[in-house]
Amino acid sequence: MDILNALVAVLNYVVIPASSYGAQLALGALGVTLIYGILRFSNFAHGDTMAFGTAFTILFTWAFQAMGLSLGPLPTALIALPFGIAVTAGLVLLTDRMVYSYYRRVRAAPVILVMVSVGVMFVMNGLTRFIIGVDEIQFADGARFVISAREFRAATGLAEPLSLRSSQVITLVAAALVVWALFWFLNRTRTGKSMRAFSDNEDLALLSGINPNRVVAVTWVIAAALATTAGVLYGLDKSFKAFNYFQLLLPIFASAIVGGLGNPLGAIAGGFIIAFSEVGVTYAWKKVLGYLAPAGLEPEGLMQLLSTEYKFAVSFAILIIVLLFKPTGLFKGKAV
Amino acid sequence: MSFLLAENMTGGYGATDILHDCTLRVEKGQIAVIVGPNGAGKSTAMKAVFGMLNLREGHVVLGGEDITRLSPQDRVAKGMGFVPQVNNVFPTMSVQENLEMGAFLRDDDFSDTMEQVFDLFPILKDKRHQNAGELSGGQRQQVAVGRALMTQPRLLMLDEPTAGVSPIVMDELFDRIIEVARTGISILMVEQNARQALEIADMGYVLVQGANKYTDTGAALLADPEVRRTFLGG
Repeated sequence: MDILNALVAVLNYVVIPASSYGAQLALGALGVTLIYGILRFSNFAHGDTMAFGTAFTILFTWAFQAMGLSLGPLPTALIALPFGIAVTAGLVLLTDRMVYSYYRRVRAAPVILVMVSVGVMFVMNGLTRFIIGVDEIQFADGARFVISAREFRAATGLAEPLSLRSSQVITLVAAALVVWALFWFLNRTRTGKSMRAFSDNEDLALLSGINPNRVVAVTWVIAAALATTAGVLYGLDKSFKAFNYFQLLLPIFASAIVGGLGNPLGAIAGGFIIAFSEVGVTYAWKKVLGYLAPAGLEPEGLMQLLSTEYKFAVSFAILIIVLLFKPTGLFKGKAV
Repeated sequence: MSFLLAENMTGGYGATDILHDCTLRVEKGQIAVIVGPNGAGKSTAMKAVFGMLNLREGHVVLGGEDITRLSPQDRVAKGMGFVPQVNNVFPTMSVQENLEMGAFLRDDDFSDTMEQVFDLFPILKDKRHQNAGELSGGQRQQVAVGRALMTQPRLLMLDEPTAGVSPIVMDELFDRIIEVARTGISILMVEQNARQALEIADMGYVLVQGANKYTDTGAALLADPEVRRTFLGG
């Protein structure tokens, strides 16, 4: 019974939250890694692209709620998501036309493009706050739990509760679908293959007649879709706050770099590595060890390695370790 | 009139000229080879033919059509295929995907062209699902040539195709290049291995300091004592 209780506690407080957080990071990191692979710079505006996309998805959600549209147990935000993606794609394409295309034409060094993206980040951040405000917004509706703590306890008779929120299930299912669609697109379609070719060897891609403008535009649209989806899933799981997405930038970049920048498979693995480390290191293991340790040896402290306020230190530490010892990442991406 | 006629090419990358009044011709289905000492402008001459640098003077005519003002991409559409010396494959894509990318401009069914490439380089058929970056140097060159052949070019340009491969692989590559030429494709090639290259060349161009120094058939250049003494090491 104790082992079961310990298992449920780990599932409830570590595995489930870390999995959904990992999926959100993976989607964010996929966007970053795609931009890096094809446009060859680290896009610091990605976090605020997520915020912008989420903000517009929330606006559409409110509109649909006012119209009485509903998906029943699923959140209305899922109907609003494609519209949010469309607006975000429009914004990033406009940004590319107005800002980035100039720096591509003059063949600016990557570090200049990074600085440019920091500027874009501030503008997008301001735009988001201007449009939707700085308050915390809960926009999840529909069924809240797939398994609620009380039902679980009543059904199993275990001391430990297990709750599975619908937002967590939706996150994992949506992330799996998006990743499948992305890999299918990159590996099976002509446009997807031309994007990989462009990422592999730009000069040879040009010689083969691949149109660089088209590759760049498609990349931005996909990045916008990934960013908005990741942002909305994160917002459904927790809540929306314009500033939060800026803070997500560090774990997202850490995920992309741990996996190997430019490598989509690495971005996914990196997302889960970062999420599980962050949750694992900041979780107080006292309860679990209490179940498992022999009588009399139960730990007295919280058995928490880092307090939750320091969770960003985890991504930062992993980032530094990877850059020091394996700068190309676990899945052999490009060196930073 | 020659199939490719690049006449009086003068120009360079920046303010200074690298090519001085350089002329290259390739007849249909024949192999022309550019040789010369290091820094003679061999690769530059080929890049000029392909439109990768601006010519101040001279013009490039392909199959009777003046293409001097076209971009490299447009020249590919006109029937030029170019194999760069380095970075000439997509390393993280499979051999088959590399060939597909070569055919990117084609809207028709290119599976028969791919079969022809596989007939020419049977090893590529065995390794079609392997990433090009994992192949040996010689196999990678075959992928690079195969990629360029996928557009069904009328003129194939090779920039030092045998750089960094073993002598045995070099002989085999040259055999394949002869086979390609037999199908009616004209070939313009820059080579470091001057003697071997001139042996298979219908026409040879010896460039020195960006200008034509000797121009003759491959056999005649090999027999010329002056050329032998100065460029072929006796």
